[in-house]
Amino acid sequence: MKDGIGAPVKRKEDKRFTTGKGKYTDDIRNDNQAYAAFVRSPYAHARVKGIDTSAALAMEGVIDVLNGQQLTGDGIGNIICGWAITSKDGSPMNMGAWSALATEKVRYVGDAVAVVIAESQALARIAAEAVEVDYEELPVAANITAAMADGAPQIHDNAPGNQIYDWELGDEAATDAGLAEAAHVTTLNITNNRLSPNPMEPRSAVATYDDAEDHYTLYTTSQNPHVARLVLSAFYNVAPEHKLRVIAPDVGGGFGAKIYIYPEEITCLWASMKTNRSIKWTSDRSEAFLTDAHGRDHITTAKMGFDKDGKITGFKIDTLANIGAYMSLFSSSVPTYLYAPLMSGQYNIQNIHCNVRTYYTNTVPVDAYRGAGRPEATYLVERMMETAAREMGMDPAELRRRNFVQEFPHQTPVLMQYDSGDFPKILQMAQDAADIAGFEARKAEAAKRGKLRGLGYSTFIEACGLAPSKAAGSLGAGVGLWESAEVRVNPVGSIEILTGSHSHGQGHETTFAQIVADRFGLPVENVSIVHGDTDKVQFGMGTYGSRSGPVGMSAVVKAMDKVEAKVKKIAAHTLEASEDDIVIEGGEVKVSGTDKSMAWHEVGLAAYVAHNLPDDMEPGLKETAFFDPVNFSFPSGAFICEVEVDPDTGQTEIVNFTSADDFGTIINPMIVEGQVHGGVTQGIGQAMLEQVVYDEDGQLLNGSYMDYAMPRAADVPSYSISHHEDSPSPNNPLGVKGCGEAGAIGAPPAVINAITDAIGTNDLAMPATPQAVWNAIQAAK
Amino acid sequence: MTNIKMTVNGKSVSGEVPDETLLSEFLRENLRLTGTHVGCDTSQCGACVVHVNGKALKACTTLAASLEGAEVTTIEGLANGGELHPMQQAFNDNHGLQCGFCTPGMIMTSVDMVNRYKAEGKELTEEAIRDELEGNICRCTGYHNIVKSVEDAAAKM
Repeated sequence: MKDGIGAPVKRKEDKRFTTGKGKYTDDIRNDNQAYAAFVRSPYAHARVKGIDTSAALAMEGVIDVLNGQQLTGDGIGNIICGWAITSKDGSPMNMGAWSALATEKVRYVGDAVAVVIAESQALARIAAEAVEVDYEELPVAANITAAMADGAPQIHDNAPGNQIYDWELGDEAATDAGLAEAAHVTTLNITNNRLSPNPMEPRSAVATYDDAEDHYTLYTTSQNPHVARLVLSAFYNVAPEHKLRVIAPDVGGGFGAKIYIYPEEITCLWASMKTNRSIKWTSDRSEAFLTDAHGRDHITTAKMGFDKDGKITGFKIDTLANIGAYMSLFSSSVPTYLYAPLMSGQYNIQNIHCNVRTYYTNTVPVDAYRGAGRPEATYLVERMMETAAREMGMDPAELRRRNFVQEFPHQTPVLMQYDSGDFPKILQMAQDAADIAGFEARKAEAAKRGKLRGLGYSTFIEACGLAPSKAAGSLGAGVGLWESAEVRVNPVGSIEILTGSHSHGQGHETTFAQIVADRFGLPVENVSIVHGDTDKVQFGMGTYGSRSGPVGMSAVVKAMDKVEAKVKKIAAHTLEASEDDIVIEGGEVKVSGTDKSMAWHEVGLAAYVAHNLPDDMEPGLKETAFFDPVNFSFPSGAFICEVEVDPDTGQTEIVNFTSADDFGTIINPMIVEGQVHGGVTQGIGQAMLEQVVYDEDGQLLNGSYMDYAMPRAADVPSYSISHHEDSPSPNNPLGVKGCGEAGAIGAPPAVINAITDAIGTNDLAMPATPQAVWNAIQAAK
Repeated sequence: MTNIKMTVNGKSVSGEVPDETLLSEFLRENLRLTGTHVGCDTSQCGACVVHVNGKALKACTTLAASLEGAEVTTIEGLANGGELHPMQQAFNDNHGLQCGFCTPGMIMTSVDMVNRYKAEGKELTEEAIRDELEGNICRCTGYHNIVKSVEDAAAKM
């Protein structure tokens, strides 16, 4: 089938983006538009003693200046974290209060204390500068070490020692015993560097209150508009759900940063009601660095034991995680249930224990960023395997092979049941594509040019398709993680798919149409996708965790099952045949083995004119479905990175990057490869370029693209990609596993393993800048 | 306030704007040509690139008032009626975009790049394309397919 599953169909959505007709939130302007600018704390930790708004209010064109006392006074609730983690002593996590506008204290640089509403954006910003806040500075804990120290400043009263929880997974005694009997133990102390997600479209909100209807409309840069509406209603008391419409129009990238409900959207909605104006706020990039949730920021010590044959006997992990000044929406789950359950990697490990302690610091909140917990786990596991192989004098690929899980399903000691895969084959695919046999010759040739050539592996697994609601609920999630879909066949036979998944670059308008085209034999042009509007789509949990394929598409398939059943009933009735003999092929509904058939659109019309339907049948042809998976999906892959290092400068070039992946069934290989390109590039960014830096006073030192090194075109290579499609996921109808996060999860250890191979020392932290690499070379001399 | 007059996408436009109005603001707010995007505030990301008198320029760091009489082309004016510019078509053909936010700037920069290399008779290698894209940041595509798109369009322009 031409445009069906597996075809590299060109994207249907591209024309509006290539011609400048995309409609992003900041492109919206209402007739009664006013603009918001936030007054933000210049201090990382301070008491707010007073706010003088008189100068700002006196400016012509300033409509109002609103503060946190007014906001909480109107009953707007605190921002919450939606995943409850229980400490190992049974106590609940210590969640501190977070008001959208700070009332008594500010806890990070950028914490909002007031909002100015004015007739123009420029005026709002000028007036925000004129708001005078009287701060009493407090001592600052700007990193985990400072937050844990004796006598550290108390950031939230209900979190003694700034600790949020002390959580564990796995059997500690068994793991200690496994390590005790090991012939070799490798110890690693590693840091997972703090990153800023940086979708290219800054966050934005346009909130409009309609006083006649007592109704709110919010356009926002969201990956999950229904979740936003739910939380804005149920927890922040902005408006009841039926009085609040949330629309996420074209959204310019998310990478996790646009999952959460931030203070700005809450404040704009409330301010719209207070001023009876439509309120628009668009972040600039500096504000994005200050206020978008960051990612990663772990400090870990780990030990892995091996027997004399190189089989893993135990893996023990102790991690400290920085959560920032407040607990963002999914923050608690990232260093726990999205992290520790991945510690088994692709390996058969009987004994694993992971202890995670999280801390408040005076920095912007930390939450999920592309991969969320799984990159941190994978970086640890894969650097551990490579380092251990070097210490034991083994080939790192062979050490991995000896420990690969070979049979499925496979139950790990850390919750997960792997569904399917073929790890040895995927590694072999990557090795063949990367020409491992030729590496030594390439290395020798590079040496002649004065370059150090190195090669590094990463064989990784992910848990994607977040997630079975029941499992998530039992682990503390506040929401279910199913997805919904509606399939509307119109009287003319064209089809609209309404999905709770949200595309912010993933190409759903094409791939979701492909699965419909494939099923009913229709051209993709006859299928359109509707998403991102709570007034149109019944409900949805949104897009993150590589879940649009495994969960979102599965809901569409379930709804198509119902449509197909009704189509067959109508055709059987019309054509006077048995339902069992009806087949749908090439846009026709046929009676098998006869020349009797109806065109697809004739069935649609028959359903709506309803002149001749079976007696017990309702008119119309529209079905809905909710899909709740029974398990995560487990995409996996093998990355091989090859680098050349200039030992005189530390400058490192990635000369080859090879990916062999298992994403299960692939709907559109062109789009899947695009996801890998982007994910790997973000992983290379983490490995070699990116790191958010706060000084000890909690001042952000690199809050712009002048200072924060984003990967640019010349920093990365072209990629070699191949797919293994023979191990489809058994847990969803299409067999898809998800591909959005693989690159970001698997790439960082491949890059660092390659550089450390080149320079001959394992002691190298991310980001491996030329300076860091040069220093590592000197230290090893 | 300054009275400005320029040609945008072949049409004569004018307006009275505050002196500090940036070209990006003038295009987005006064003319409502919202295809020109603003992704940073340090002239680094290139989402705002337009053509002024035939050359690529970052609209976020250009004062509108400085462009009296200029010929400006934005992403909205690149296609020839219903027919896409070869660069626009190449981005679609090669999956050179995902979220689309950096795309207008990427396309305008790339058109200028190919025009310059052709005018100078220089070969546009992969390395040259990557170096030339230094002022345009994309967070989605990893640049792999943007490079392919530019190579493809260059062969057709």
